[in-house]
Amino acid sequence: MKPLITLAISATALALGTGAAFADCGIEAGSVRILSNDFEALRTINATAQECASDAVVVTANATAEHKEIQVPALTINPAEYTVAVVANNSIVPLLNADLIRPLDDLVAKYGQDLQPSQLVKIDGKIMAIAFMGNGQHMFYRKDILEEAGIEPPKSYDEVLAAAAAIKEAGLMEYPLAASVKPGWDLAAEFVNNYLGTGGEFFAPGSAELTIDNENGREALRVMREMTAYMDPDYLTYDATEIQKEYEAGNVAIMNEWGSLAGAILDDEGAVDGVVENTVLTAAPTIGGGSTPAAALWWDGFTIAKNISDEDAEASFRAMVHGVSPDMMMANKDVATWLIAGYEPGPAAVGVIANANGGARPYPMQPYMGLLHTALSTELAEFMAGSEDADQALADVKAAYDTAARGAGFLQ
Amino acid sequence: MPHKTFFAFILPSLIAMVLFIALPIVSVVLQSLYVSHEQVMVEVENCQPFGGCTSELRVDSEATAALRDAQPLGRFNGLGTYVDRAHLASAELGAILSSDRGLPAKWAQILNLPFYKALIFTLVYCFVVTPLAMALGFSIALAVNALPKVTKGPIIFFSLLPMIITPLIGSLILYWMLSPNGILGATIQHIFSDPTLSLRASPALTWGALLTYGVWTNAPFSFVVFYAGLQTVPGDTLESAMIDGASRWERIRFVIIPHLAPLATFVALVQLMDNFRVFEPIVGFSAEANATSLSWLIYNDLSGDAQQFGSAGATSVLTIIGVVILLSPVLVRTWREFKHKAV
Repeated sequence: MKPLITLAISATALALGTGAAFADCGIEAGSVRILSNDFEALRTINATAQECASDAVVVTANATAEHKEIQVPALTINPAEYTVAVVANNSIVPLLNADLIRPLDDLVAKYGQDLQPSQLVKIDGKIMAIAFMGNGQHMFYRKDILEEAGIEPPKSYDEVLAAAAAIKEAGLMEYPLAASVKPGWDLAAEFVNNYLGTGGEFFAPGSAELTIDNENGREALRVMREMTAYMDPDYLTYDATEIQKEYEAGNVAIMNEWGSLAGAILDDEGAVDGVVENTVLTAAPTIGGGSTPAAALWWDGFTIAKNISDEDAEASFRAMVHGVSPDMMMANKDVATWLIAGYEPGPAAVGVIANANGGARPYPMQPYMGLLHTALSTELAEFMAGSEDADQALADVKAAYDTAARGAGFLQ
Repeated sequence: MPHKTFFAFILPSLIAMVLFIALPIVSVVLQSLYVSHEQVMVEVENCQPFGGCTSELRVDSEATAALRDAQPLGRFNGLGTYVDRAHLASAELGAILSSDRGLPAKWAQILNLPFYKALIFTLVYCFVVTPLAMALGFSIALAVNALPKVTKGPIIFFSLLPMIITPLIGSLILYWMLSPNGILGATIQHIFSDPTLSLRASPALTWGALLTYGVWTNAPFSFVVFYAGLQTVPGDTLESAMIDGASRWERIRFVIIPHLAPLATFVALVQLMDNFRVFEPIVGFSAEANATSLSWLIYNDLSGDAQQFGSAGATSVLTIIGVVILLSPVLVRTWREFKHKAV
C-alpha cells in the first residue's frame, strides 16, 4: 500500500535481513523470488522467508514501493521474473485480470496447516492469495487536548468537526485536524473511506457503471471539505507520512492515519513530549448518520505466479508459509495487525481491530476500481482546493472514469 | 568524403537512433490508436478476510485471453483516444464554446478539462522560463567574463550547480526551503507579517515558485553556452568600438548581442523543447493540485492502480506535436538561412 512506502528502515528488519539464520523449511529444491511493497512488516516477512535458503534453494526478495508498476510485466513473461507477488486488496486485481497467479488449493491442503481459514482469499471458490495482515486508516486523537477543551472523544465526523471548532476556539491549536488529502493516491483513498462509511455502492450491481453521483457522494465530499477549515493551509501537499510528522510534532489533535504507521508513532522516537502518552487509537469516525467506521479495510497477502514451474511454486509457497508463520508473528508482534493464528492485538493494532469490529467494509476489489481510484485522485483536487463545487467534482470524476473505463473495455 | 565512408561513419549512431528513438515513437503512435479489448465479465463468489463472501464481477481471463490472441494490439480506436475527454475533448470543448455563458465561465470550464489545464501551465512555463533563464544566463556570462582569472573557476562552478543537481532533488530542496518551517518560507511570512502565508496553499504562489525554480535550474545551460560564445567575440571589433567611444552597454548591445544571436536561437530551441517536457518540479513541489503538465499526465496514466497505455500514448504523441509546433518558427528560419547560404 502506497502510504506505507516511506517508512524508515527498521533496524530489526535490517538485522534479520543481513544475518539470516538458516531454518529447515523442508524444501528440497527450487528458486523463490519475492516481489513486495516496501514497509517494515513485509521486509520482516521477506527476511524470514529467506531463512529457507539452502544449497538447493535460492531465496531472493525485492521490496520496492514500485511493486505495482513492476508486477504485471514481471509475471507476464514465462518463466516469471518473480515467483511470489505480495499484494493487497487493490494490487491483486491487475494480476487477477491478466490471469497471472495460480490457485493455491492443493498447496494449502499440503502445506497450509498453520494457516487460518480467515486468511484464505477465495475468488470463484479457488484460493488465490494468503492474507497475513490487516490495515486501514483510523482515528488517532490526543486525549489531553480533548480534555482541556472539555469535549468527549468524537465518534462521528460531525463530532470531529465540532471538536475541532472547540479546540480552535479554546486557543489550544490553530489547525487541530489532519488527513492525507494530497492529490493522487491519498486523496482518492480518503474519498473511498468516506463513501464506504456512508453505505453507498460505487458501481451499479453487475456492471461497471459508476454510481457515486448521489447524496452519499455529496456527503463524503462535504465532510472532506469542511475538515479543511481546521487543517493547515498546506493540506493539499500532505500525504500520510507528512501528517504523521505534523502529529508527532504536536501540531494536530485528531487525525486519520494508517494503522501500519501506529507502531512508528507510538514508539519513543520522533515525537515531542506529551504526544505519545496522550495518543488514543480508535475506529475511524462514522459519517452521515451511518453506524460503521468510514474507512476501508485492507489486507496484505501473498500470491504465487502462474508462469513458473510447479517445483518453484511449491518451494515459494513453503518459504512464504514459513515467512508468515506464527513464530515470525510472535517475534514481531507490534509490527503489524497480523491475521496469523495466535495473534493478540498490541497497542498499535487497536485502531484497525476497532475498524473491523465496527463493521467497516473492505476496499473494493472490482476489476475497474483502479480506474475509479485514478479518476478520483486527479479530479477531486480542485474541489479540495475550494475552486469547484461538489456537483462539478462528481461530474468530473464520472466523466474521467467513463473515458478510462471505455478505453479499458469495461464500458461500451 | 565518399558516400560509403560517410555511411560507415554514421551507421552505428543511425542504428542506435532507429532502435532507441524511431521505433519507440512508432510503437507509441501505434498504441495510441488502440484501446483494450472488451473485458468479458463473469459474476463470481469472492471471499476475503474482511467482509466475508460477496458476489462480484471478475474478468473472465480465458475468454479475454482468446480475444487478445485474436487481436494482440486491442481494438482499433483510430483517433478516438485523441478526441476523448482526457485529451483534446472535442465534444466537451464544442459544448462549452457553443453554450451561452460568459467568457470567464467558458474559460473556467475549459481549464476544468485535464488536457487543457495541463497545456496552459506547460505553455506558461515554456514562455516565461525560457526567456528569463536565457536573460539570467547571459548576464551571468557577462559578469563572469569580466572577472579576474583567479576567481573565474570557483564562480563558474557555483553558477553551474543548479544544472548539476538532479531536477527532482533540486525542486525538493527549494520546496522544503519554501515550506512554512523552511528558511525561505519563514522569512517570507516574517516580511509580510502574515503567519498563515504559505507558498504551497495558493495556486498563484505555487506557479510563481515553479517558474522561479525553472529559471534557477535552466539559467546555467544558457550561461555555459553564452560564456563559450563570449570567448569568440572578436577582440578588434570590441577595441574599435571602444575607440569610437562606445560604452559597455553599447558594446553589449551592438557588438556582443548580434555576434551571439545564432547561438541564442540554438539555446532557445533546446530550452523550449526541455521546458515543454516540464515534470520533475511538479512532483518535487507536490503541486499536482495547482499545476499539471503534459508530461505529468503521461506519468499519471502509467502509475497508480490502473495503467492506461493508450491514453498515455496519445498524450505523448500530442506532446511531440506540441514540440514540433513550438519549434517550427525556429526550424523554418534555420532552413531558410541554410538554403540562402547554399545558393
